[in-house]
Amino acid sequence: MTAASIDQVFVNAKQALLSLLPETLRPGLSMAINAAAILGTFALLFAVATLLERKGLGRIQNRYGPNRVGPFGVLQPVADGLKMLIKEDILPRQADRVVHFLAPIALVLSVLLAYAVLPFGRNMAPIDLDAGVLYFFAASAATELGVFMAGWASRSKYSLLGAMRGIAQMISYELPLVLSTLGVIMVTGSLSLVEIAERQAPPAGAILGRWFVFTPWGLAGFLLFMTAAVAEANRAPFDLPEGESEIIAGHMVEYSGFKYALFFMGEYLGMFAASGLAITLFLGGYHAPFAFLGWAPSWFWFFAKLLALLAVFIWLRGTLPRLRQDQLMNFAWKWLLPMSLVNLVAAGVWSYSAAWTLPGAGFVRWASCAGLLILPALWLSRGWRARVGPRVYRYA
Amino acid sequence: MSVPGSGILKGLVETARNFAGSYVSPERLVTVQYPEESLPPPENARNFPFLVYDEDPDKGLRCVACKICEKECPPQCIYIVAERDEKGKVLKRPRIFDIDISVCMNCQICAEVCPFDAIKMDTEFELSRYERFGALLLHKQDLAKSNEYYRRIHPTEAAEVDARLAEDRARQQAKAAAAKAAAASPAGAPAPAADKTP
Amino acid sequence: MNPVFFILAVVTLAGALGAVALRNMVHCALCLAVTFIGIAALFLHQGAQFAGLVQVLVYVGAVAVLIVFAILLTRSGDARKGVAVFSRSWKTGLLTAAATLATLVAAIVNSPGLLREAPRAPELSVRQIGLDLMSQWLLPLEILGLLLTATMIGAVILAMPEKPSGEPAPGPEKGARP
Repeated sequence: MTAASIDQVFVNAKQALLSLLPETLRPGLSMAINAAAILGTFALLFAVATLLERKGLGRIQNRYGPNRVGPFGVLQPVADGLKMLIKEDILPRQADRVVHFLAPIALVLSVLLAYAVLPFGRNMAPIDLDAGVLYFFAASAATELGVFMAGWASRSKYSLLGAMRGIAQMISYELPLVLSTLGVIMVTGSLSLVEIAERQAPPAGAILGRWFVFTPWGLAGFLLFMTAAVAEANRAPFDLPEGESEIIAGHMVEYSGFKYALFFMGEYLGMFAASGLAITLFLGGYHAPFAFLGWAPSWFWFFAKLLALLAVFIWLRGTLPRLRQDQLMNFAWKWLLPMSLVNLVAAGVWSYSAAWTLPGAGFVRWASCAGLLILPALWLSRGWRARVGPRVYRYA
Repeated sequence: MSVPGSGILKGLVETARNFAGSYVSPERLVTVQYPEESLPPPENARNFPFLVYDEDPDKGLRCVACKICEKECPPQCIYIVAERDEKGKVLKRPRIFDIDISVCMNCQICAEVCPFDAIKMDTEFELSRYERFGALLLHKQDLAKSNEYYRRIHPTEAAEVDARLAEDRARQQAKAAAAKAAAASPAGAPAPAADKTP
Repeated sequence: MNPVFFILAVVTLAGALGAVALRNMVHCALCLAVTFIGIAALFLHQGAQFAGLVQVLVYVGAVAVLIVFAILLTRSGDARKGVAVFSRSWKTGLLTAAATLATLVAAIVNSPGLLREAPRAPELSVRQIGLDLMSQWLLPLEILGLLLTATMIGAVILAMPEKPSGEPAPGPEKGARP
């Protein structure tokens, strides 16, 4: 087996499977196979991620983490899944039955739809849409409705509060999330995720890949994107909608059993999808970091990067305390949003200065872009400590 | 002026150090792997009462069936019936001594009111049972535990009790000796001073 | 008729009907969201990718959520008892709607445009739309942007708390808790 055939093993397997079937059924079945593959892979990754998260958080807090079910606790997700499945499905008497039932489905569905455009490997994007980035954001925009449905249909003040917080947070952080991707779109001139990934391939003869994260605006964009993505996925330190210590579990408080598990699945799948987009936009997609590592299959690199980003998510959760609501909103509108606009300017400067040929132009280009980003960041952060300090509650 | 975000980085470094350190140096891990290993209970730990005996588990019970503990027990989880001889005369030992530990609230009042140091608090806590009722009703033979066991679980307290009991015994022996001496000596002699000492 | 189109049309119309006829405000809003999604799917089905995706992004992601927020912040979503679904003047409304429809249909049927050969729909890729917006239609786009910014600033000014000049912000005295 050559490296190329291992790289394309899933694509070839699908083609072989499809060639067994009559011509008329192929387009539909091709889509069905894609959907099944995404569902299977990411549901499995969800199970693994819950275990890794609990293990990692444990180690961060100098504990063992789950180690009872199976060797080193590897069967813990199975036990959790069984527990969730056999739990009673409780519906509050006052709840709106239909909406209560539909909410987790709407949430998971809209998150899953976003996976359709992610390139998981070379030739492994389920759909190569011209407007891939646009589609991604459009598909995940509907998660807010799912959260609202869950919060409203439960008829509980905690879930309603959680839903309000969640929607406010998602709307606020969607703006920097979208704006931080605009730099990449501007530089590549394409909305197609496959093309964006291809543009970051190591050029012939070079050792280092041309990842956008290696440019000043790309690094800033990546950091801004990840910050907004953490908030969009409702993960700590932006987990106010869930807020276990104050509003118990937010919009999920009246859910139990499998529906509750679906909400968690939605959260994790959203996290994976955002990580996948970050990988494709900034971290070179499915390309190896160095040209001499190109022998490893492209899907390996995609999932390796995905797991690395997952580790970052867990690390952040284990480190940072939850923000207050006003800090959250201030951060989104007064820091992230201006910075992502500034980053757009920096990306513009970078792409217009690409033609400079003077000696030392590379350094000047770097310095001007970095200065363009760092100075506003410092200026926006001035007095931040005083602003986020103890707050006087007027009506408490 | 500190650079914005430096606090976040400091925190991330700290947690990363914890994460890596917990694999390198096991003494960082604070978790006790309970069923396999467990910490010894502190000396003053207590949960349910037990009956102390010297030498023989049945005959050697210090309990005299005075029922003070039964009366004092706030949730009334103690049930005592005194032993009687063939003629129906009450003997100074229990025939039945039951404690329902599903009712007991671990208050230690029984141990405090007992004038004979016969009932003390145990530290045994692995008491889970599969039945709800019968298994948690402890009888006399379940409750009887030796004085050596008492010394082992509460060394300081047991030493005090032992000293007090030894003192009482010595005083009683002295009293008996004095009484014998008084009976032997001519009548009208002054009573020995041992009576008056507290 | 294409079955996919038929299904999408039925879903869209059912959502619209629900948005009008249901008694619970929140249900109406959710039905409206279904209609928006159906319209977006119809756009996509007709090959108008950009319109479809923006329809979802703007209408489902923003407008539907805005409506829902407005309902939550102003009144309870519960249906009030004893209020009819149809207003008293529904006959007038029906008449107006029918008249409008008839006028439109008459105008369309009689228009000379129908007699001409229909021009071929231009191939509209997202890239083409973007390039056109940034070159040919740049000025209208900028003017629209300016208008929206002005609107937003106006909204912010409206929402700002009014502070009486020279006085500190009102706040209860310490210990004056009810």
